[in-house]
Amino acid sequence: MKTRETDKLILGGREFTSRFILGSGKYSLELIKAAVEQAGAQIITLALRRANPGGAANILDYIPEGVTLLPNTSGARNAGEAVRIARLAREVGCGDFVKLEIIRDSKYLLPDNAETIRATEILAKEGFLVMPYMYPDLNAARDLADAGAVSVMPLGAPIGSNKGLCTREFIRILIDEIDLPVIVDAGIGRPSQACEAMEMGAAAVMANTAIATASRIPQMAEAFGKAIEAGRSAYLAGLGRVLDQGASPSSPLTGFLQDAEGRE
Amino acid sequence: MITVNGSPAEGAGRLLLDFLRENGYDPARIAVERNGAILSRSRFGETWLDEGDALEIVQFVGGG
Repeated sequence: MKTRETDKLILGGREFTSRFILGSGKYSLELIKAAVEQAGAQIITLALRRANPGGAANILDYIPEGVTLLPNTSGARNAGEAVRIARLAREVGCGDFVKLEIIRDSKYLLPDNAETIRATEILAKEGFLVMPYMYPDLNAARDLADAGAVSVMPLGAPIGSNKGLCTREFIRILIDEIDLPVIVDAGIGRPSQACEAMEMGAAAVMANTAIATASRIPQMAEAFGKAIEAGRSAYLAGLGRVLDQGASPSSPLTGFLQDAEGRE
Repeated sequence: MITVNGSPAEGAGRLLLDFLRENGYDPARIAVERNGAILSRSRFGETWLDEGDALEIVQFVGGG
């Protein structure tokens, strides 16, 4: 039986005890440390952009030591651009992980699975630990696994929408069929939605906007951390069954008190 | 003249590492592409910038 002590998230041979991948976008650098700590997060995503000269604050100064960096390839519209960004990100010198995201659609920000599979093949051969953001399609997920991905990251809903697990039935299929950690990414807006994903058997949840748009960011990070832990424990415990109809009493049907007339 | 992140800059004839430091880039926190090819950090100190070079200098920022 897996307990909290022995239950590890394994990505590319690395072990993590936290199953919450925290995004760092859209909120103040000053809040990152508190968010990471309150969430208990061990992995944080970053983006790569043109550097501004002049010694402006660097995000790396705000991330607590020991946290694994997961650079994304945001901005890439095809496999070639994603590969370029991934190689540059690795050159900054923070490890081999890459959250591969390739987006051609600027309105709904939906990932291009075909280009993502192509880029995964290239990057995995170069030793990257590729975590592809994807539309939850079983065939694409199989191709990503074959291409050498270390996880798949299906979207729950469009990026930044906070709409929740709109794709739950398709994510269920991936969890059932794909032999890699299935990490729900994008669209998760509330702790309860993250918890549901974990109850379904997701290996982890990634969230950014839900936290960045909360009124109190570190507190929301904490709430997500707790919800993800609760969902994982529920999954490991095995959820109770659901009745099709009717009811099932929780209390004994014997030993009732008699009323004043002696009737049971 | 050279081009840095799409804008013209003075730097031809300079050592890349000196150029970066003088312009406020932290060499330990960036990656550099020169004319489309990645330059590893270990070569910043031995790479001379030529007239017309195009540099892309990138760093990590917040993102999901």
